[in-house]
Amino acid sequence: MSAYSVTEPSKTSKWAAALLVTLYTVITLLPLVWIISTSFKTGPDSISYPPKVFFDPTVEGYVNLFTTRTRPAVSELEALPPPEGLMEEIARRQGTIITGPSRFGERFMNSVIIGFGSTALSIILGTLAAYAFSRFKVPLKDDLLFFILSTRMMPPIAVAIPIYLMYRELGLSDTHLGMILLYTAVNISLAVWLLKGFIDEIPREYEEAALIDGYTRFQAFRKVVLPQAATGIASTAIFCLIFAWNEYAFAVLLTSGNAQTAPPFIPTIIGVGGQDWPAVAAGATLFLLPVMIFTILLRKHLLRGITFGAVRK
Amino acid sequence: MAEVTLSHLSKSFGATKALQDVTMTIPSGAFVVLLGPTGAGKTTTLRLIAGLDKPDSGDVRIAGTSVLQDTPAQRDVAMVFQQYSLYPHLTVRDNLAFPLRSPMIAMPEAQIARRVAEVAEVLRIPHKLDNKATALSGGEMQRVSIGRALVRNPRIYLMDEPLSSLDAKLRADLRIELKRIHHDLAATFLYVTHDQIEAMTMATHVGVLDHGKLVQFGTPREIYENPVSTYVASRLGQPHINLLPAQAFPGAPANAAQIGLRPEHIHVGEGQPATIQRVEHLGDQTRLHLSLGPHSLITLTEPHTLLKPGQTLNIRPQNPLWFDAQGNRIPSPRI
Repeated sequence: MSAYSVTEPSKTSKWAAALLVTLYTVITLLPLVWIISTSFKTGPDSISYPPKVFFDPTVEGYVNLFTTRTRPAVSELEALPPPEGLMEEIARRQGTIITGPSRFGERFMNSVIIGFGSTALSIILGTLAAYAFSRFKVPLKDDLLFFILSTRMMPPIAVAIPIYLMYRELGLSDTHLGMILLYTAVNISLAVWLLKGFIDEIPREYEEAALIDGYTRFQAFRKVVLPQAATGIASTAIFCLIFAWNEYAFAVLLTSGNAQTAPPFIPTIIGVGGQDWPAVAAGATLFLLPVMIFTILLRKHLLRGITFGAVRK
Repeated sequence: MAEVTLSHLSKSFGATKALQDVTMTIPSGAFVVLLGPTGAGKTTTLRLIAGLDKPDSGDVRIAGTSVLQDTPAQRDVAMVFQQYSLYPHLTVRDNLAFPLRSPMIAMPEAQIARRVAEVAEVLRIPHKLDNKATALSGGEMQRVSIGRALVRNPRIYLMDEPLSSLDAKLRADLRIELKRIHHDLAATFLYVTHDQIEAMTMATHVGVLDHGKLVQFGTPREIYENPVSTYVASRLGQPHINLLPAQAFPGAPANAAQIGLRPEHIHVGEGQPATIQRVEHLGDQTRLHLSLGPHSLITLTEPHTLLKPGQTLNIRPQNPLWFDAQGNRIPSPRI
């Protein structure tokens, strides 16, 4: 291996690359580490200065996240019977008693329903549309594709007011269906374009062989095209989910009592019983998990890359 | 097994006329080979019969019924593509079972397993059954793709140069195997090839296509011995037919422009002097490259010939083929 090898980078550039990657990793992960560690701190620890790197972990934040509490007078508190259960005990330690569950669980479920619902719908519609655009003679195909893409040329929030008025008229405001439709509408252009690229790569010969082998076009699509488009579907699904999961502006505007998702809810925790940063951090930590798990589950498909075809070119 | 009839079939792709007014009957149980250079319309013919493309005009009938409105699945045909098109996400076993699991056939799994094992045996791939289709060599892929047709018992087998990427030994074996299947099952085949041996040994009928037109249809012997044009004559014959100006030899008919000489049309021992340019020993035969005045021609001689380059032979035509200025055959006067 000579110093001038074309394919082998030099030691210096390897070190520089490693340094850059490490730096990038630290910068990206630091906020996450901060949030996750804060979620396990006590209230005073979370705002101590200088920040505590080593601390006694507690799940106070998580208890506070899932409950509503009151702070009775000290004499009242001492008069109470001993706490029942771990949650009550942790609340009591902070000088509070639990009065009921918070709405976080409900909001989190709303996020799950709306996020995954709109992702599934975007993928189903996107795959079918992309297949049609890829395989059939669609009149005005190029114009239609451009039109679909053009829906992404402005920030979605630019149409917030028309959508707000429309949703109010249609009774879709603050409903799960309304939010699923809205996020699907935003995601579908990305889904169609991404998936069309992936399906274009799958040679038609496979479907033709399946048609002759006794399958209908739809069956051929399901048995031959879909398995080979898995990589594209997985990556598109992750993009769609990330958008729908993190979306904040429309969620604030269009949801309140019923279909509110987690992003607009988490900041409201701050107001309950002072600035409860550990509870906010606990909410943010739990909020991270579904997308992370989803991505890890689909990682296999992402890494597999484009399949090597068995079609002779 | 069924008779397949093409009547006045035409198909264009943009400005390219892929097929023009092709009429042909593939009798039930026949083995029809289509010959022609690239772009002659061979693959288009297969695709129209299979239902992958719709003709611009004309009709395709299978067993007497028009199938133009039928989907490929309803037509009950099997096709081996020139590109193997194995399903890359399936194992070899599942590739072979794929047609049998289709809603059209829906064979019980036990029977499928038996059928797949039989075909794998014939194609000598039983040890590859659990491999992914993508983990095969080119020749193995082609065998699996032939196998995917052979597991079925369709009304017609359509094959697009199925043996083209196999080595010589396997090609010879599979040729015999296909012929055996044709014979045992009385199956109907429409088979595209460039290979003369495949055409001559397997075909009951040969169709020659030229720019989308069917120029001659007949038995391999007819096509070989009685070609209607220089084009057809050039399709078959190893070595290639020698085409010389008619005046190269005496006795040409009045309107003849070209004389066609296959090796068996060249009588050695009398006639005009020709110089040996090159001697090619091919093992089972020896080719002589001759020059006759300004013209060169190739003929055959016995394998162990002692002839050397530079020597002179006397040759004369023996029952040659005569063609007019357009390359069409004209009746031969006997010489």
